[in-house]
Amino acid sequence: MNDLEVRVRAICQAHENNRTRLMDIVNAVQNEFGYVPGCALDAIAKECGTQRVAVQSLVSFYAFHSELPKGRHVIRLCNDIVDQFQDVQAVADAMVDEAGVPFGQTTPDNLLHLEWTPCIGMSDQAPAAIVDDVIFPRLTPAKAKALVKALKAGKSCAELAGRTGDGNNSHRLVKSAVHNNLRLRGDVIFADYHPGSGLAKALAMSPAEVVRDVKTSRLRGRGGAGFPTGMKWDFARQTDNRNKYVICNADEGEPGTFKDRVILTECPELLFDGMTIAGYATGSAHGILYLRAEYAYLKAFIEDLLAKRHKKGLLGKDVAGKTGFNFDIRIQMGAGAYICGEETALISSCEGRRGDPKNRPPFPAQKGYLECPTIVNNVETFCCAARILQEGPGWFAQKGSKGSPGTKLLSVSGDCEKPGVYEVPFGIQLQDLLEMVGADHPAAVQIGGPSGSLVGKAEFNRTICYDDLATGGSVMIFNQKRDVLKIAMYFLDFFIEESCGYCTPCRVGNVLIRERLGRFLNGTAESADLDYLTRLGTTVKFMSRCGMGQTSPNPVLTTLKNFPDAYRSRVKERKDKFQPTFDIGAALVDSQALAGRKSVHF
Amino acid sequence: MAKPKVATASLAGCFGCHMSLLDIDDRILKLIDLVDFDKSPVDDIKEFTGPCRIGIIEGGCCNEENVRVLRDFRKHCDILIACGDCATMGGIPAMRNTIPLKECLDEAYLNGPTVYNPQKILPNDKELPLLLNRVYPCQEVVKIDYFLPGCPPSADTLWQALVALLGDKPVELPYELIKYD
Repeated sequence: MNDLEVRVRAICQAHENNRTRLMDIVNAVQNEFGYVPGCALDAIAKECGTQRVAVQSLVSFYAFHSELPKGRHVIRLCNDIVDQFQDVQAVADAMVDEAGVPFGQTTPDNLLHLEWTPCIGMSDQAPAAIVDDVIFPRLTPAKAKALVKALKAGKSCAELAGRTGDGNNSHRLVKSAVHNNLRLRGDVIFADYHPGSGLAKALAMSPAEVVRDVKTSRLRGRGGAGFPTGMKWDFARQTDNRNKYVICNADEGEPGTFKDRVILTECPELLFDGMTIAGYATGSAHGILYLRAEYAYLKAFIEDLLAKRHKKGLLGKDVAGKTGFNFDIRIQMGAGAYICGEETALISSCEGRRGDPKNRPPFPAQKGYLECPTIVNNVETFCCAARILQEGPGWFAQKGSKGSPGTKLLSVSGDCEKPGVYEVPFGIQLQDLLEMVGADHPAAVQIGGPSGSLVGKAEFNRTICYDDLATGGSVMIFNQKRDVLKIAMYFLDFFIEESCGYCTPCRVGNVLIRERLGRFLNGTAESADLDYLTRLGTTVKFMSRCGMGQTSPNPVLTTLKNFPDAYRSRVKERKDKFQPTFDIGAALVDSQALAGRKSVHF
Repeated sequence: MAKPKVATASLAGCFGCHMSLLDIDDRILKLIDLVDFDKSPVDDIKEFTGPCRIGIIEGGCCNEENVRVLRDFRKHCDILIACGDCATMGGIPAMRNTIPLKECLDEAYLNGPTVYNPQKILPNDKELPLLLNRVYPCQEVVKIDYFLPGCPPSADTLWQALVALLGDKPVELPYELIKYD
């Protein structure tokens, strides 16, 4: 057995050779060696009693895992649309210039590897990059050049992180240059909260009463889909399985969303209270915080807090003195896969598998993690639940709008003066929000990220709530200089890249949509293409297996609906009877060169 | 009222679809009652004499002549049918699409195991239409209204499609007629 195998074995044994902890094992191997070599795949499979292909398929699935060495420092530059409009290309060019290799490649000395990555949750401080788990926000070409230069000179990322940001970003366990950009504190999430107070109130009630309170508050899921939280908890509570799980979805991958980042930095105790309350209400002893790999810089800080809660008796056996109620929370790190934000894919990932979505029903509340009843809620939802228990369901229900009680955290980015996190009551008019954030000649606003909708000026009088403009938090503002078709194209590229590939409508349909959308951008579209896009988009929406596929054509469908002129103005009807995409000149180039004569017909 | 006119052409195809059309047997007499043929190998009319109701295209486009003819059909025909697998998808001729044109010609005229060409001449008479860089199915070149799959589509398929179109009825072919395996 060689040295590498010994080290891999040690990693597996540290995780008790548990096949369901394959994510942690592979993450650890990846961190230790910088990649997961073939012999490590074999060693892991052997130790954990599974097949090599199971390990390999996991490694091949996640963007942060690699089967080939990528160099000592991997620079992941975010190419989200907001970054693109902030000229991330100039930053990229500066990096390429200094590193001497293009994106997707490693320097010959195996020191640096450059690659693009989708939204890393820093749209309010774009352009941003991650290098070795350290965030480098607000990059300029000069800063990027200096960063690469310093890495080449042997500096570590921690040394180069720069001045730490506000709030807990300067905490000794975070030490990140990230800014909170917390622009507006509301009454629910970012109000003063004494850790443990909501939990104490909950533990004084029976689990059924806790569920009743959450139901009475009419709290709905904050991740975007808006399922009634109390109902979900009730489903799980009523199952008689002994093992139940509470999972917090902190895989905040929807482009343009970064509110959970601020919660995790500034009020994680509120979240842990909420998760513990959920554990109590549903009869679960196990909590999992699924943290996206991009937020690894917060891991030590969160782990430390969890340890402190243990000491204080807020986690572990007989939580807060409540005899018989045991609850623990572990962190499950992701590895760069947008689809894992979808709850069943997230569960697959927690189980040590590829992040493939599962069929529903059975719903996770009946059969989820390891086939046990599982509730999966958004970070913000758990926080709301803790506050509801603290202040009472009536207090919560009277906030916000009729069908959407409470406040909502919005992650505002793009063309505005004050990008950042805003806690606003539900029912706020888009127009008012745009004024508040200092939007600069807004022409289009993407609500709810790529899977939401792009709305134009005519709809700025609409309100943000579940019944009108639903959003998991992402609000991207685009001024009149931005091309809505390019925005749609970027989002479509994103979905194609992030599709798990399981079902055909999503895997193939979106590629066909992209091809047709491309015709509008390269001037070969005809009016029939409008109808084609609508029909194909509707099919993909209707036929896809999970929430991602079902929303993936939204960038095209909503722009077709709200910005028809952006499409129509690009339609060119040809008079020569050829299809717009047919180029007879190009088709004859080779032949004319070979034959040494020109076409007599064309 | 004059009978509607039908035109047909075989582009990069093997004439198999036309043969299949002849397989309608005695129904060809009924067809002659229903329509007149304009430009078609059936009557050997070389150029269109006027507008036609239906154009049937066999084969895709492998050279400039095919493109010219196909566009001529689109200009003259109200309804254009891509008939058979070559017209709809490129078919056998499209097997060359993954190989650069020069390599195809070299293999066919210089390097092939059965080639005898001591003077190493590649055919290049100015009468020969120039080849396209690849073989295009018809709908990539002009708009096509109907697609009849099959290699070839059976006589019954062709007959039923034609009768429906000529009678202004929707083309609803039973499963048996468009199933090929």
